[in-house]
Amino acid sequence: MEALLAITIGILVACAVYLMLARSVLRFIFGLILISNAANLIIFASGRLTNGAPPLIPEGADAPVGLVANALPQALVLTAIVIGFGLFAFALILMFRTYTTLGTLNSDDMRVAEPREGQN
Amino acid sequence: MSWLLASPLVLPFLTAVFAFLLRHRSVGRWVSVVGNAALLAAAMFLMVEVLAAGIVSGQMGGWAAPFGITLVADYLSAVMVVITAITGLAVAVYALGDVTERAEYLGFHALYNILIGGVVGAFITGDLFNLYVWFEVMLISSFGLLILGGSKAQIDGGVKYVTLNLISTILFLSGIGLLYGMTGTLNLADLARTVPTVENQGLVTVVAMMFMVAFGVKAAVFPLFFWLPASYHTPFFSVSAVFAGLLTKVGVYALIRMFTLVFTLDVAFTHTILLWVAALTMITGVLGAAAQNDIRKILSFHIVSQIGYMIMGLALMTPFALAGAVFYLVHHIIVKANLFLIAGVAERAAGSTDLGRIGGLYKSAPLLAVLFLIPAFSLAGFPPLSGFWAKYVLVAAALDIQAWVIAGVALVVGLLTIFSMTKIWAEAFWKAHPDGIAPTLDRIDAGTRRRLILPIAALAGLTMIIGLYPEPFVGFAETAAAQLLNPQAYIAAVLGDAS
Repeated sequence: MEALLAITIGILVACAVYLMLARSVLRFIFGLILISNAANLIIFASGRLTNGAPPLIPEGADAPVGLVANALPQALVLTAIVIGFGLFAFALILMFRTYTTLGTLNSDDMRVAEPREGQN
Repeated sequence: MSWLLASPLVLPFLTAVFAFLLRHRSVGRWVSVVGNAALLAAAMFLMVEVLAAGIVSGQMGGWAAPFGITLVADYLSAVMVVITAITGLAVAVYALGDVTERAEYLGFHALYNILIGGVVGAFITGDLFNLYVWFEVMLISSFGLLILGGSKAQIDGGVKYVTLNLISTILFLSGIGLLYGMTGTLNLADLARTVPTVENQGLVTVVAMMFMVAFGVKAAVFPLFFWLPASYHTPFFSVSAVFAGLLTKVGVYALIRMFTLVFTLDVAFTHTILLWVAALTMITGVLGAAAQNDIRKILSFHIVSQIGYMIMGLALMTPFALAGAVFYLVHHIIVKANLFLIAGVAERAAGSTDLGRIGGLYKSAPLLAVLFLIPAFSLAGFPPLSGFWAKYVLVAAALDIQAWVIAGVALVVGLLTIFSMTKIWAEAFWKAHPDGIAPTLDRIDAGTRRRLILPIAALAGLTMIIGLYPEPFVGFAETAAAQLLNPQAYIAAVLGDAS
């Protein structure tokens, strides 16, 4: 399981880096979304994986019996997903506004805030 | 003890809620001022308690550490919270005269207070994942503030700011995941205890580097600073000021916290890198500033250069050098926020911040000229202002351990800082206005003028006080450094004596 997850994370990161190297900032944002999901999977995997063992405490006991799934990383990932959702919703709207205001999504042409020498 | 720690966190968010609900009325803007004044009071209470007890810690929700979320304030955290509140209040007053009604209607004051709340949270949390959450709170509100107004330059700068900061966020998150995988804990004090017991110390160093890059982006160190000069000159002056004062410093704080508390086992490796980073940050920042011709762009590059000094204090890792870094943080936040506020007044009086298009401010607005000189010379390190002592402590600390090169770099960069400051002085204040007009503060109506000048004068006064009576401040910084270098007290305060 860990190996499979590691390969998945690797593929996600590879695709993300490829997208992030593009000149179009929209592609860059898509890359970021992919890589953020890879980060979420890293947290999930670092909590160690278990198969079919929900962290439930049997009646009468104070702690779960035997090896059960680690609930903490799942809570962390949930938080990270929610935060990431907010951030990327903002980023996508920003891309839309960028396109309507500047008329381009090519990062090479975005020189309004930092004009080239002699340009103003 | 809990309310002492929780109130500086709760107040900004309460303020934000009321400021948002009342944003249609003129009373809404005063909510922000009152809220920030209350935050300052709460920060002072916390400071008094920290001065008495050394380290104050509290467990939120009653879950004992390391399982619950810990809030903890040592000397460094407490002083950062106080300085955040001071800057927050000063800029909140300034914003009354600076921000347009349209932006207020769109929720400027709410976003502003959420930003302050995020900064305070980052300073007093004792939990790594919680630190990530505060970073995000800070980040999302700063996104909003940065593009409020929606001009072309703001959108353009915003894209660079947003994208590069998101990369740092993801690195930070991955680092948290890997560190948790190795240690099974996210409580900073517990991490300090468990990280040395990890079998594969090579992996710890790898993760340490991930954190270094993630926080390095936030702190705007070389070679990760490009988002800063691309965006800091575009928003409202009040937004520029609070960003310049506080945001990068949260990154520096996080670096100091992680690399004195958690990642201290391979100091020879990590802190050597930090030393190089510090030197290159100082040099590139100051050279970048020399090439600029706009007040806000010059000041933006100087943020980068000054960050180098703080990283230098951390990299040298001696008690005196860390004390210098803490002192520098405090001095720099006040001075840098103030310089951006002054740039705002200069623009209103003279019509631009482009040095080629303005001039003559000394003749027509001598008060502004004096108020500029104080933080500008402090930034450059003139005695007897606060910047002199900050640089003096750092350079003396470097000479103490025969780090000649970094001491030399720090001194040369200080000299080049004077060059930039005198450039602003000569162009904006001394030379005649190119259009032949006499810029004057009378162009600003009296009420607005008071709101703009008052916070500037207050911050300049604070710079003078720190400069003239540096002893208690240096003494405080030395205690803070001693706490950072001996984390046992921190660990004991958070985890109790069971450790």
